[in-house]
Amino acid sequence: MEQTPPDPERQVQPASLEPLSGPDDDLEAAVSKEADGAQREGSGTDTMTENNFFLKKIEISVSEAEKRTGRNAVNMQETYTAYLVETRSAERADSQSVLTDSLWRRYSEFELLRNYLLVCYPHIVVPPLPEKRAEFVWHKLSADNMDPDFVERRRIGLENFLLRVASHPVLCRDKIFYLFLTQEGNWKETVNETGFQLKADSRLKALNATFRVKNPDKRFTELKHYSDELQSVISHLLRVRARVADRLYGVYKVHGNYGRVFSEWSAIEKEMGDGLQSAGHHMDVYASSIDDILEDEEHYADQLKEYLFYAEALRAVCRKHELMQYDLETAAQDLASKKQQCEELATGTVRTFSLKGMTTKLFGQEAPEQREARIKVLEEQIGEGEQQLKSKNLEGREFVKNAWADIERFKEQKNRDLKEALISYAVMQISMCRKGIQVWTNAKECFSKM
Amino acid sequence: MGALGGAGGRRRRAGLTLGMEGERRASRARSSDLPAGGDGAESPGGSVPLPAGSCSPALLPADVLDLDEDEDDLEVFSKDASLMDINSFSPMMPTSPLSMINQIKFEDESDLKDLFITVDEPESHVTTIETFITYRIITKTSRGEFDSSEFEVRRRYQDFLWLKGKLEEAHPTLIIPPLPEKFIVKGMVERFNDDFIETRRKALHTFLNRIADHPTLTFNEDFKVFLTAEAGELSSHKKQGPGLLSRVGQTVRAMASSLRGVKNRPEDFMEMNNFIEIFSQKINLIDKISQRIYKEEREYFDEMKEYGPIYVLWSASEEDLVDTLKGIASCIDNCCKATEKRMSGLSEVLLPVVHEYVLYSEMLMDVMKRRDQIQAELDSKVEALTYKKADADLLTEEIGKLEDKVECANNALKADWERWKQNMKNDIKSAFTDMAEENIHYYEQCLATWESFLTSQTDLQLDEDSEDKL
Repeated sequence: MEQTPPDPERQVQPASLEPLSGPDDDLEAAVSKEADGAQREGSGTDTMTENNFFLKKIEISVSEAEKRTGRNAVNMQETYTAYLVETRSAERADSQSVLTDSLWRRYSEFELLRNYLLVCYPHIVVPPLPEKRAEFVWHKLSADNMDPDFVERRRIGLENFLLRVASHPVLCRDKIFYLFLTQEGNWKETVNETGFQLKADSRLKALNATFRVKNPDKRFTELKHYSDELQSVISHLLRVRARVADRLYGVYKVHGNYGRVFSEWSAIEKEMGDGLQSAGHHMDVYASSIDDILEDEEHYADQLKEYLFYAEALRAVCRKHELMQYDLETAAQDLASKKQQCEELATGTVRTFSLKGMTTKLFGQEAPEQREARIKVLEEQIGEGEQQLKSKNLEGREFVKNAWADIERFKEQKNRDLKEALISYAVMQISMCRKGIQVWTNAKECFSKM
Repeated sequence: MGALGGAGGRRRRAGLTLGMEGERRASRARSSDLPAGGDGAESPGGSVPLPAGSCSPALLPADVLDLDEDEDDLEVFSKDASLMDINSFSPMMPTSPLSMINQIKFEDESDLKDLFITVDEPESHVTTIETFITYRIITKTSRGEFDSSEFEVRRRYQDFLWLKGKLEEAHPTLIIPPLPEKFIVKGMVERFNDDFIETRRKALHTFLNRIADHPTLTFNEDFKVFLTAEAGELSSHKKQGPGLLSRVGQTVRAMASSLRGVKNRPEDFMEMNNFIEIFSQKINLIDKISQRIYKEEREYFDEMKEYGPIYVLWSASEEDLVDTLKGIASCIDNCCKATEKRMSGLSEVLLPVVHEYVLYSEMLMDVMKRRDQIQAELDSKVEALTYKKADADLLTEEIGKLEDKVECANNALKADWERWKQNMKNDIKSAFTDMAEENIHYYEQCLATWESFLTSQTDLQLDEDSEDKL
């Protein structure tokens, strides 16, 4: 798979990859191809280091989160959370992992990394970050970013992000990614120095292209529709799920009141007392069981959310295609009109309206030398244009090919992940039902002994 | 002379008629010439002890009961509210709940029941003045004192109120079953929406059956009239009875004595009162909690209904996940149905019972008050005696009567109290056991649907894997 960004220092040019099944496989296959590529490349110790780094299996974890205070850009005090990113490599034969790097990153640095990857690998479906602010919350969960449960879930999400990048056959080789894991100080400056922001396409340009492109690849148009549908259905699902969770919480918790009242009532009952008391205890157990159940379900919601955000990544690839296609179409159109102008000048016929043509008619024809000069300029431009068009065409086709390969990879990953998430949801429900049967059977026994 | 008892004045016989099963048992044991059952009698026989619990007394053939005399007694007692209906209690009557439980175990209730009442078919009646609902009441009985074996009448809520009032008059310290409320203030849009009528109908059904099961109340004359009289007869019957003035007099006396307070409430009744207070608090809370659970379950159900279809919608855009997504949707829908069933179970087995006991707890407080009043009357007379030496003789006589009255009242209450507690325990126990059962069933249904989904997914996986290997 060839990379569109031409800078060799940033990454290695590997050979093409066959479709793979698991993240580790990806990495190993990439790594083995890596080895070949490394010898071919020989572009300096930097790349060698990173190759060596990825030759071994690495484990990345975001193991801790810590509240910090510091001064922000406008020198105001702020509180933020920092996350500890640890990298381990399985160096030894006994495959015991050794901590090779450990540094603290905050969410904004993750965002910077991602933005960088988005710009530099527009044909890749870049893994999304966990949400910046808590959305789709049901009432018990707070929408506060400092809430420990939210921070914990975000920690897991960030780890997931890094693992996704590390297991991507292309992204894992990126130098900036490598530095993110290994270079604590100055990393931000290093990223900015690459000047990637300049390469970013303006939103406006992209929007314009979306509306005006005439012949985008049909597959991308379909993909865009798919990603819209995916986003809409998952959002809806998450919203309703949050409401269902809310209601379920209510049902369970109200039962807890029985516990207290039964206990008080049992004080005046001679026969029923024991039964009431112990039944009340089971009601308390029932009521408190919902907390764990919903905590687990939150994990399911997070899995869905990842794909909700992936939909945006898919759309980004489609947008890039539309932009490139539009660019191509514009260039082709431009070339065609220049060719026509040239022809008209050469043959003297004016088929299309042009200012020159009008002025010529009004003020008389221009001198033949002038016309020759103009034709020459145009012919040069046409020559350049044809070159450009050729390369743009090539670029476009390459993009489509590479993007589509990654999209196929993504599709398989998505199907696997979603299926697993749905099945684990079923498993959660089963566990909830079993707990329910247990508690109510116990309660029933207590009641029947009253 | 009625075959029910041995020698004895009117009071005694009446007492036996209206008294607890124990009374009857005792009396029958004493009079050996009493035919325990006539030909084809449905009663199990005189030597079998009757449960004081929830069943009506054994049926005795009509000729054994001397009805007219008994009815006179009933009339007397229902008119003269200052005298207690129940007199002395046989010492042989078991009051321990434990013995009652044992009895219940041995008896088959349905064999002993001789009065079957159903309340159904609510109908709306519109007149120029008002709109009201009547309920059809069907009574089937094998009792001799009824002219026929089957009756069908229509009654409205007012009639039930009247009946309750008469029962309270006749038996001030018996625990009369509660009526459903006149109206529920909050959450009512119209007075007569379907749920309200249905809930009320069920409660009225329970009310009449509780009376029928009560060993004393079941023989109340007004009760019989209520069940059997045609509309016109009922209204004329209603006009009889203690006049308005005497009732007013009663109320005044009652208020006066309650103001004085009860100084010497006996120990048992202090305990009883304490129980009633706490029970009332707790049952009210349980009522609120149960209603709240129902509400939360309903809201959960409403949300779940929306949840399943989203998975179906999603399956339309995912070719490879169609089965899985649709499978989940169908599981959620099944759980939805199970929730609906759980809700309806709750509203059938738990809510009406708990609510009835909320009303019962109010009844109990009224009964305590009435008992206290009766005692207060006595106490005030006793007090008067210490100051007014002049009317000593008259007062002493009155005090004598009042002492009897108090004793009657207390004994009646005590016995009925034990019966009530036993019933309460059984009812609460079975209501909550049923609720637990509903919940177990709910979770079992949900478990089954999710497990079958999981199995189908694993099977699919195995199929796919084996296909890949091929």
